[in-house]
Amino acid sequence: MIDLLSPFVEFAFMRRALVGCIAVSMGATPIGVFLLLRRMSLTGDAMAHAILPGAAVGFLFAGLSLTAMTLGGLVAGMAVAVAAGAVSRSTILREDASLAAFYLVSLAAGVAVVSMHGSNVDLMHVLFGTVLALGNDALALLCAIATITAVALALLFRPLVMECLDPAFLRGVSRLSPVAHFGFLALAVLNLVGGFHALGTLMAVGVMVLPAAAARFWTTSVGAMIAVAFAVAVTGSVCGLLLSFHFGLPSGPAIVLALGGLYFASLLFGAQGSLFARRVPRTHQEA
Amino acid sequence: MSLSVPHTARAGAAKSAASNAGAGTAPAASSAPDAPGRAPALTLDDVTLGYGRHPAVHHVSATFAAGSLTAIVGPNGAGKSTLLKAVAGELAPMTGTIRTATGRGATAYMPQLAEIDRTFPVSVREVVAMGLWKRIGAFRRLGPSGARMVDEAIARVGLTGLEKRPIGTLSGGQMQRTLFARLALQDAALILLDEPFTGVDRRTVDDLLGVIAGWHREGRTILAVLHDFDEVRRHFPDAFLLARDLVAHGPTATVLTPANLERARAVGEAVDDGAPLCRRAAA
Repeated sequence: MIDLLSPFVEFAFMRRALVGCIAVSMGATPIGVFLLLRRMSLTGDAMAHAILPGAAVGFLFAGLSLTAMTLGGLVAGMAVAVAAGAVSRSTILREDASLAAFYLVSLAAGVAVVSMHGSNVDLMHVLFGTVLALGNDALALLCAIATITAVALALLFRPLVMECLDPAFLRGVSRLSPVAHFGFLALAVLNLVGGFHALGTLMAVGVMVLPAAAARFWTTSVGAMIAVAFAVAVTGSVCGLLLSFHFGLPSGPAIVLALGGLYFASLLFGAQGSLFARRVPRTHQEA
Repeated sequence: MSLSVPHTARAGAAKSAASNAGAGTAPAASSAPDAPGRAPALTLDDVTLGYGRHPAVHHVSATFAAGSLTAIVGPNGAGKSTLLKAVAGELAPMTGTIRTATGRGATAYMPQLAEIDRTFPVSVREVVAMGLWKRIGAFRRLGPSGARMVDEAIARVGLTGLEKRPIGTLSGGQMQRTLFARLALQDAALILLDEPFTGVDRRTVDDLLGVIAGWHREGRTILAVLHDFDEVRRHFPDAFLLARDLVAHGPTATVLTPANLERARAVGEAVDDGAPLCRRAAA
């Protein structure tokens, strides 16, 4: 056990990577749980794609600057999320379709901008992340995002659950429905932007979606799902970083693969509605 | 939808007085409060509702007395659901005004097909507790008194013992009971029920009719879309027969006459694309 964890003891970059992953997990997993419960898991994926061109534009203007890429990603992600949400709320188009439309346009615009100015190897950092080279400012950003998310979710929790469960009822009793909806989308974008510094835009959504999907197989309450998802995300991060360290795998994909392994294990053996749980005959009561 | 208190006591008072006087056969009629000075709970003034250019509800004017218990009846496509949706504030009228005597939160609306996500991991108790929103809002605790109110509401709809069940495991009737318990906790002055008994067995219907009678005794104004005329005759003092236009409104016995029902049927539900533009539209 000591040997297994020794890379974290010996190397500062591994400790920084671990802290970064825990911070990303703290913010991203509750968002992922709500995405899952609202059947918006693919929305997270679409938003991650929408962020990419924004970050790329920021990169083109200011080089590998944390601030510029974060701002670029935030602006692009928020614009797409708000525009898609507004379209679905005020027209006949459903959210998934309008989001797909907006993120495709955003992605195309981003790729066009990047190709006009010539591509750069450093852009690979945006795509696949730099979890093993997180600077102090990047770590501070990840921790800040995790804190903001925790506070905002604590405030939004009840309206958000109601918005997921019965949006018409929430609209009937309060004006908080759009606040819950757009506040949640803003948090999702914020966490995806934070996640891309660690794992890259393509992998950040993995920390959001996979632990939530795994947690659905273990529990039947929202709070417990968030706790389980966080535990899954941290476990997956540790395993992924170790895989990356020992076998020389790229760290972002290694973490997502480890999360995938936990997801498949839950899918097979989880306590609630998994393949295994559905096959085993259970004793039942008289009534 | 206008949420202001009507500025003038409209002529509806006479009509609503008549509506309660003639409802002798209906058991719940006697307790309908109809104090002359009390503002009507709901006033429809020349209301036209619809989707696109085709009206689903056509120039309807009516007054619902505070504390009245009215069944909204009519053929499919007559505009019943559309009317409730508009009164709940989810649909803006094409013409006319809808006035309720009270503001947001004072109207409780149960749509025909609740948008509820039955796979969402919450318990019966948590869904019912949503009804206390006016009291606890987004941040306050339920507290012991709130918890007691939730328990009482669950008991009144006969779901005691199922509080911790996830809603995904409930039968259709149990789900409807859950929604009634939540509605009860909303403590609304005006209650709108859109086909609350669809797909629900006899015993559940009887229990829920008892819950509605309880609300009626508490002086709440209730509008319920129903299809079972026997049910309406036995439990609803007033009826509102709608077939795009208002056919009749008043004591149930005077509304559900063969002549009125024949008129309602004749309207039909077909949308005629070649229909001329309504001349009253510009008024």
